[in-house]
Amino acid sequence: MNRIHTTLEQDKKLLSIYFTAGYPSLNDTVKIIQDLEKNGVDMIEIGLPFSDPLADGPTIQESSTAALKNGMTTQLLFEQLKDIRKSVNIPLIIMGYFNPMMQYGIEAFCAKCQEIGIDGLIIPDLPVNEYHEHYQETFEKYGLINVFLITPQTSDERIRFIDDVSNGFIYMVSSASTTGAKSTFGNTQQQYFERIEALNLKNPQIVGFGISNNETFTQATKTAKGAIIGSAFIKHLTQHETSNINNFVKSIR
Amino acid sequence: MNYQVNEKGYYGDFGGAYIPEMLYPNVEELRTTYLDIMNEPSFKKEFDQLLKDYVGRPSPLYFAKRLSEKHNTKVYLKREDLNHTGAHKVNNTIGQILVAKRLGKNRIIAETGAGQHGVATATVCALMGIKCIVYMGEIDIKRQAPNVARMKMLGAEVRPAKSGSKTLKDATNEAIRDWINNPVDTHYIIGSAIGPHPYPDMVTRFQSIISEEIKWQLKEKEGKENPDYVVACIGGGSNAAGTYYHFLDNPNVGIIAVEAAGKGVDSGESAATSQLGKEGIIHGCKTLLMQTPDGQITEPYSISAGLDYPGVGPLHSHLYKTKRAEFYSVTDDDAMAAGLELSQLEGIIPAIESSHALAIFNDKKFKPEDIVVISLSGRGDKDLDTYINYFKL
Repeated sequence: MNRIHTTLEQDKKLLSIYFTAGYPSLNDTVKIIQDLEKNGVDMIEIGLPFSDPLADGPTIQESSTAALKNGMTTQLLFEQLKDIRKSVNIPLIIMGYFNPMMQYGIEAFCAKCQEIGIDGLIIPDLPVNEYHEHYQETFEKYGLINVFLITPQTSDERIRFIDDVSNGFIYMVSSASTTGAKSTFGNTQQQYFERIEALNLKNPQIVGFGISNNETFTQATKTAKGAIIGSAFIKHLTQHETSNINNFVKSIR
Repeated sequence: MNYQVNEKGYYGDFGGAYIPEMLYPNVEELRTTYLDIMNEPSFKKEFDQLLKDYVGRPSPLYFAKRLSEKHNTKVYLKREDLNHTGAHKVNNTIGQILVAKRLGKNRIIAETGAGQHGVATATVCALMGIKCIVYMGEIDIKRQAPNVARMKMLGAEVRPAKSGSKTLKDATNEAIRDWINNPVDTHYIIGSAIGPHPYPDMVTRFQSIISEEIKWQLKEKEGKENPDYVVACIGGGSNAAGTYYHFLDNPNVGIIAVEAAGKGVDSGESAATSQLGKEGIIHGCKTLLMQTPDGQITEPYSISAGLDYPGVGPLHSHLYKTKRAEFYSVTDDDAMAAGLELSQLEGIIPAIESSHALAIFNDKKFKPEDIVVISLSGRGDKDLDTYINYFKL
């Protein structure tokens, strides 16, 4: 059974953290993952940096640029993660743009993920229809769960289609924005959260984009199964490097 | 072989819509409506009227007598440089602003490199009284000060793209991010035959007026509709797509694409995407693009800001792969020399982009009886500083 499924079955709201591999320093990847797990984080998205991250706001853009400058590559990330399952048990998801994966070779990329013990992928610029037609078979062959995004503008019909193709959770983008844009949630978000809840989807939802503190985490998880924090954690890393990760996690829940 | 986009948005292996879900409703709205809108009689009427009275179309097809003598073949120039705002770009912005109006959008965003597409967009927004925001790389803003001033004078807001390499590809990223953040009221006017489907096809159709006119103009002058060759420069490839469009299915018309080699294809400072690129994803489409082995998009170089793009439109990748088009790459030096040659033989100072197409005579020998139509995509006013510095004028 995929670790993502096991985690989703737990009777609690899940905290998932995103960070960009190779940031702040090239070799921080393993330490950050270990510290996050030690401090009770339920799931981790490891960002594979890309030169042109068009769904990301300035914080993640800058961390990606810095990571690439530090020398991060797909191959190096796999190298860093090769023994990660000796020390880490929570689900690990690689989040990245499609082009670097294409250049590595989709099948080779998926095979490597399985070998290392990666549980899933989030690829913001691989739309559900392309995935369904061309890549789903390969991803599933290597036991990988692919996670799709929905937004307040996504129609009910399309959400149903995404729910059908999904086999883990749905990444619910909190508002019409790139990553890191909001500080609190207003009525529009609440209505959207409630609309999705009322659809009774087969896949649980985890909210991302704009979750930065205890308040937004609590709001988002009122209806959803969990929440993902990215930019706020990157800002923490920028300020404190890899120290005080425990304080950051405690401040969220 | 088919050169039209298929129902899934592909030209052969290239194209598609590799976009984040946040953009799906906007792109889908466009995909499901653009052909119907473009086929409405009222749309056609307004589009044709504006092209005639505002842009100044048809642009002349000019027989370049002295240039023809020099190169011992029959050269016609399609004078897109005589359009309002000085280049072919306005054909597309007129079309897209009319689409945006019919979609009920009241805010326009655009990306620009050299500023030509930014100016063409700011122009049509002024014409229609619609708010206009143009993203431009911070470095390009410094390099292209006159065009920045033109956009401001036309009432547009120019926002610097400060991410990544701070040039055209980053301005495009910023425009896409803006669209993600403004999903309801905004239309994104992409300036080249790139981006997610339906953009490459929509832009190509708006630019196809170029080859439509070439056909009847050539008929008048030569008694036949089809030249032996059509030649155009390619950055993203919108003037080329428009120049080729009505000849794609006629194998008797040779199609020639000229890319910017910069300081040489193997110099590390080049924008010759077909030679240096590999299949990948850029700005929402699968196409040839310049990238590292790890899949990071690299920064191209050309003396011409309009050709300084790391990708090429998906139609052109298809034309390259199927060998329908011959691809050549021309260095900065050869392009500059060709620009000077046209100036002194014909009294026309071309944009440096177009000078690349004019440099084709170094690489390709035509027969004396061949009819060669070259797209003179823009005028050289915007490039005077570059010409001055280069030739020490």
